[in-house]
Amino acid sequence: MDVEFKHIGKRFGAVQALKDINLRAISGSIHGLIGENGAGKSTLMKILTGYQSRSEGAIFIDGSRVELKSPEEAADLGIGMLYQEPMDFPSLTVLDNFSLGCPPQSESHLRRSLLELSTRFAFHLVPEQMVELLTVGERQQIELLRLIHCKTRILILDEPTTGISPAQKEALFPVLKQLTEEGMTILLVSHKLEEVAALCNEVTVLRHGRITHHTKAPFHFPELLHAMFGSIPEHDDKEAPRDTGDVVLSFHTVEAEGERLGLHGCTLNVRAGEIIGLAGLDGAGQSTLLRLAAGLTFPEQGDVTLFGSVLPRNSSASHIAQRQQTAFLPADRLEEALFHDISLSEHFSLKEHNPPFLQSGKKSCRQAEKDIATFSIKGKAEDMAKDLSGGNQQRLLLALLDPESRLVLLENPTRGLDIRSGQWVWQYLRNELPPDTAILFSSPELDEILHYSNRILVFHDGEIVLDSDVHNTNHDAVAAAMTGVQ
Amino acid sequence: MKQLSADIVLGILLVLTFTSLVLLAAGAPVFAAFQNIWLGSFGSSMKIGQVLNVCIPLIICSCGLLFTFRANLWNIGIEGQIIMGAIGGMAVLRMDSISNPTLLLPLAFIAAMVTGGLWGLLAGLLKTRGGVHEIFGGLGLNFVSQGFILWLIFGPWKRPGIASMSGTELLKHKLWLSTLPGWRIAIAGLVIAGIVFLLTWLLLEKSRLGLKLKAIGQNPRAALLYDISPEGYYLLSIALAGACAGMAGFLQITAVYHRLIPNISSGYGYLGLLLVMLAGYRIGPLPLLALFFAGLNVGAIQLPIVLQLDSALSGVIQGCCVLSALFILGLEKKRRQK
Repeated sequence: MDVEFKHIGKRFGAVQALKDINLRAISGSIHGLIGENGAGKSTLMKILTGYQSRSEGAIFIDGSRVELKSPEEAADLGIGMLYQEPMDFPSLTVLDNFSLGCPPQSESHLRRSLLELSTRFAFHLVPEQMVELLTVGERQQIELLRLIHCKTRILILDEPTTGISPAQKEALFPVLKQLTEEGMTILLVSHKLEEVAALCNEVTVLRHGRITHHTKAPFHFPELLHAMFGSIPEHDDKEAPRDTGDVVLSFHTVEAEGERLGLHGCTLNVRAGEIIGLAGLDGAGQSTLLRLAAGLTFPEQGDVTLFGSVLPRNSSASHIAQRQQTAFLPADRLEEALFHDISLSEHFSLKEHNPPFLQSGKKSCRQAEKDIATFSIKGKAEDMAKDLSGGNQQRLLLALLDPESRLVLLENPTRGLDIRSGQWVWQYLRNELPPDTAILFSSPELDEILHYSNRILVFHDGEIVLDSDVHNTNHDAVAAAMTGVQ
Repeated sequence: MKQLSADIVLGILLVLTFTSLVLLAAGAPVFAAFQNIWLGSFGSSMKIGQVLNVCIPLIICSCGLLFTFRANLWNIGIEGQIIMGAIGGMAVLRMDSISNPTLLLPLAFIAAMVTGGLWGLLAGLLKTRGGVHEIFGGLGLNFVSQGFILWLIFGPWKRPGIASMSGTELLKHKLWLSTLPGWRIAIAGLVIAGIVFLLTWLLLEKSRLGLKLKAIGQNPRAALLYDISPEGYYLLSIALAGACAGMAGFLQITAVYHRLIPNISSGYGYLGLLLVMLAGYRIGPLPLLALFFAGLNVGAIQLPIVLQLDSALSGVIQGCCVLSALFILGLEKKRRQK
């Protein structure tokens, strides 16, 4: 079945998530949909599966207009999605999971269908096995067979190779090709250009909710990368290099869990005064690295050494890190770093060193008002943190940051900020903190990383694939490393 | 503030309506029932004394629970903490080697606080070390303490010759807390409740401890970034709540029953949980609410005698209060979300 999007638009309040999307995926082909995080790929696919309504435009299947008001309607039309994280029931057996979502059938019939399908695609599935004992790849195989069994004609794959083994990947690709030969329409959402090149007949690139590129195989990678990340002129006005000093933080063959893929074989030295940008697609390991350094999570193997001493693998690690003047500012400020119903002045009191046991509300309010003015936070001392806008929450976090910090770890420091606020954050970090403070930050904006860091680490699937001085690399090389292009 | 008083009026109306409906359904005279509850609780100085004797442990327990609620812990184990406090106090009072009551009573008081606090700490450790949710840990410990007190009453501490549900032997008269002349209220009880109330207010509203507990209760992950270890404060708050419960247990044996009975906690722990919720987790409304609930409890005792109604009615009214309060708190939350 052919799917056609015509002038699809989607608004979330004032945010235009998708604008004027025109896309046609034809029966018997694999259509790739690529773009960086937040480009709008997921939103578009949620509209197709009926999970989200569209604000504008129309969708046609085999030439006839469809409404897609609910996931049920989409499923009835033969639209099925294979999610990145398995959406199954781990405590049920393979056969039980396989039977869900289809009209009721006898167990022997179901078992026969399951075995037939798995033989056809050379999957090794045992119907009685519990799904929780299986790997992500095997769970994905069950889900795929289930969708085929439920007469799915339009199959959406969301990052299908995340978290599965190379062997399972080898098994998956021929299956997808076989399915298209049988007339299935496949939409492949991915970050990984090499996979897209190996599988797709056509590719559409999204960026900031708009289509920036559409092309048929064969693909030219630099062209796709430009469409994904924009073509940015190299900055001439890079910030001045900083003097570096002793090693303040080091990782030695660290293996850790976290995000989707954890962090593997990470060895790294960070020196005083360095500003290091952590590039990578969402969940590639940057956040895990920052949290390990902050002592908020612990390595399974290897050591994290902070100012010469190895961080212990227990909850005292975060306390030790803070004693060493290490600060961590998470991306999700309100959920991870602030208290909804606690006033700004109380936030300052909580950060105070050696405060009196009994507190004078007036005195701490006066002190807070001073800081609020210095950091131009739009809010009053007695306002609650949840009432601040994103930009002001970040200003509050910087105001709470110990100005003597020796290591500052920032997760996406300009998330949700407008350009002016973002510049203010960087001006503060570079100019107000001591010049020998080491700064590690992650950001989904390559531009920000290239502009503000002296050194760049690129993460891909939980590994550091590139570690380079900012002057020895460029936008395209980083973008290629992020998407796994060797 | 205007909204708050509107909420309270709405709450009272809801409670009165519900209760009247229940009374009507039971075929009872509505007005007479309310009148009896009033007379049975505040009709005479003796009744008022009884009400205050319920009120005092309720206030102390509720204050303790404010600490755990502030840290977002559900200290269901408070019942067991009252029981263990009573047992700890009793163990000291039974010592024959010390006969001086001015020494024995303070010792028993401290022992009650410590055993209650340790029992609370146990639930806390189960949570922080073992990952057992404090509701289940507390509930389990309640059963254990209930079993323990029954074993003591029917076993090692039984009255000479007879073991009975009516409890252990009465304490020697000199170990009874002295009462106000003409009233049956222990002065020490009133003083302890007053001090606990003031200290709780000071610690929760004015001190750094209160602020830290509030921070942990709202966002334990963020607290870590402020170098506040949630685990340590979970243990501290639940131990404080346990110590308060222990004091209530001490007063139950020295001021009210003068012996150990199986139902020594009288359900004041659970009632305290409801009270704190009704008070919107604030300390201010606690004394009045405690008085109201104590009045209901005492006043409903004479309903079966006078009106041939079941004394469970006070439970029904309490249930209505809690449901209405939760309903109003829910409304408030919805309003805020808009």
